[in-house]
Amino acid sequence: MSDYLLEICNLHKSFGAVEVLKGVDCLMRAGEVISVIGSSGSGKTTMLRCINMLEDFQDGSIRIDGEDIGYEVLGDARRRKKESEIARQRALTGMAFQQFNLFPHMSAIDNVMLGLVKAKRLTREAARAVAERWLDRVGLRDRAGHYPGQLSGGQQQRVAIARAIAMNPKLMLFDEVTSALDPELVSEVLQVIKGLAADGMSMLIVTHEMRFAYEVSTRVIFMNQGRIGEEGDPREMFNRPRTERLAEFLKSSPFTK
Amino acid sequence: MEFAAFFDQAWAARVAISKGLGTTVAVSAVAICLGTILGVGVGLALTYGVRPLRWLARGYTDFIRGTPVLVLVFASYYVLGTVGLDLPPFEAGVLALTVFCSSHVGEIVRGALQAIPTGQTEAAKAIGLTFAQTFAYVLAPQALRQILPAWVNTAAEMVKASTLLSIIGVGELLLRIQELISRTFLSLDFYFFAGVLYFAVNYAIERFGRYVERRSALPT
Amino acid sequence: MGYTLNFAAVWRSFDLLLEGLALSLGLAFAGILIGCVIGLIVAFSLTAKAPLWRRPARLYVTIIRNTPILVLILFAYFALPELGLALSKTNSFVLTLAIYSGAYLAEVFRAGLAAVPIGLREAGLAIGLREGQIRNSVILPLMLRNVLPSLGSTFISLFKDTSLAAAIAIPELTFEARKINVETFRVVETWIVTCLLYVATCAALAALIRYAERRLAIPR
Repeated sequence: MSDYLLEICNLHKSFGAVEVLKGVDCLMRAGEVISVIGSSGSGKTTMLRCINMLEDFQDGSIRIDGEDIGYEVLGDARRRKKESEIARQRALTGMAFQQFNLFPHMSAIDNVMLGLVKAKRLTREAARAVAERWLDRVGLRDRAGHYPGQLSGGQQQRVAIARAIAMNPKLMLFDEVTSALDPELVSEVLQVIKGLAADGMSMLIVTHEMRFAYEVSTRVIFMNQGRIGEEGDPREMFNRPRTERLAEFLKSSPFTK
Repeated sequence: MEFAAFFDQAWAARVAISKGLGTTVAVSAVAICLGTILGVGVGLALTYGVRPLRWLARGYTDFIRGTPVLVLVFASYYVLGTVGLDLPPFEAGVLALTVFCSSHVGEIVRGALQAIPTGQTEAAKAIGLTFAQTFAYVLAPQALRQILPAWVNTAAEMVKASTLLSIIGVGELLLRIQELISRTFLSLDFYFFAGVLYFAVNYAIERFGRYVERRSALPT
Repeated sequence: MGYTLNFAAVWRSFDLLLEGLALSLGLAFAGILIGCVIGLIVAFSLTAKAPLWRRPARLYVTIIRNTPILVLILFAYFALPELGLALSKTNSFVLTLAIYSGAYLAEVFRAGLAAVPIGLREAGLAIGLREGQIRNSVILPLMLRNVLPSLGSTFISLFKDTSLAAAIAIPELTFEARKINVETFRVVETWIVTCLLYVATCAALAALIRYAERRLAIPR
């Protein structure tokens, strides 16, 4: 349909009187792994949440595979799409959250199956097969019957990733998925993401893990105060930052290679 | 609904209604006062008493709280006569409400005292305070902050419970209203009127409670 | 004292007391069932964004919580017929219980809803579920576990409030007790037995609720 998997044009988003995204543009092709870095309040999480309409946005457009997300533009006017339409569009992306947000009253496999049964309308048997495959993929096949309260943080996050990917999204969104984890649990999650990247999954990763961003991304975007400050190849950006803001930001992080 | 007839009758009966309101206030006030004093005793017994005393207090509280207020009222009204304590309805009713109030206050006091971290008592001991001093200067002020809102709530419950005394013939507001209704047949108007009056009293208590809660809050 | 305890008279009519107890439980159960429906609707209204839903809900809760239940009972049975709604004693009483408990349950459900982490709704949205599906599969099951203790104690409270059905001559436990008391003059025995029946039932209900909590608990 389009050359690009994700097209963000002139995205503007305000929370009340405070403008958090001041005209963001981004083009992403299928198969790319883009890390989004920046300090708190730079708008990286907000941009992610606009893509799956967890936040609405006031101006600009977001297109996934050529399809307009969230709003219909008719001439000068823009109209928010119907909720059922937005729900369908949300299934085009998958999101993993900082706080995992697993459903605590359901076992790991039930967590993964819920979307398959309710949104994709698979039969329970078909859903179970898909869910088992993805739990296996994240290394938790033997914990399928466990409840979130019985799993470590790293295990919970891996189940959350399986839950998102099982829906077969075109684009995976990761919102600081290791920030809430104890340090020794971070690597198991990063390993899973690396594996998914190697399999060709298109991913947009908001992260503070600089080494990880350096190793896994095809491109890095540095966000600064609601705008894209710099973007490009990870090696270029980390070793030879072109803007002063990025240089300062990189200095303050422990990984300065 | 005929407003004119209602207002006429209400105005004509204003003395009776006022007396009824006065009795309601009297019943509630006495029951709250006595019930609070008794309740504090029960609460202290539950928190600090020796084991037999604690069991007694626990048995008392559980028994009273497991019994409907109306049953307490009836029991007080009918039973006391047989043990030689022939109480007229007013006193019998107030006794029942006092006992009811004390069980609630006892639980509130116990809960508030037990919610204070044991570190507070340890710190007080460490600086050499006696138990009485610890209680007066450290425990009671903190407990009071938690007790006050719940106590105001209990006071409102007592006002609402005072209506039950109409069933044993105490001349409080609801009984007076019912007498009016049996004379005028204006059920809708006067029951609505009763509702409004009780709502006004209880709403005032609720607002007072929120005011007290704000005033007693610790600065942050 | 001159009063010798003789439980035989009460024992003879024990089956009447038990029937009354069954009716009390039935009334409470019917009342809380409808009350839960009302409470859920009001709870969602209280947290709605539109004032059109929020304000009436807030008003309803404030009015009911500040009005004595006896006034509501009498209003429902005696005054509503004047507005064209004439219900039988039992129906009007159950309706009153439902409206009364609905106001308290609304707060219980609202607190239970607020305790469900907001991220869960977003996670549901992110996998393409619609709001209704999220509510039924995620929010409500979790809310139920949150509210079970409070729901249980509200039910026990409501069970005790069924004693007020005696005021409009519904043959539940308290009404039967009073009848036996008046007919046999065995005051002490009657009220001891009645109190024990209430206390025992409340304790049994509490144990039942604790069991339900354990059964529904999420494994950790």
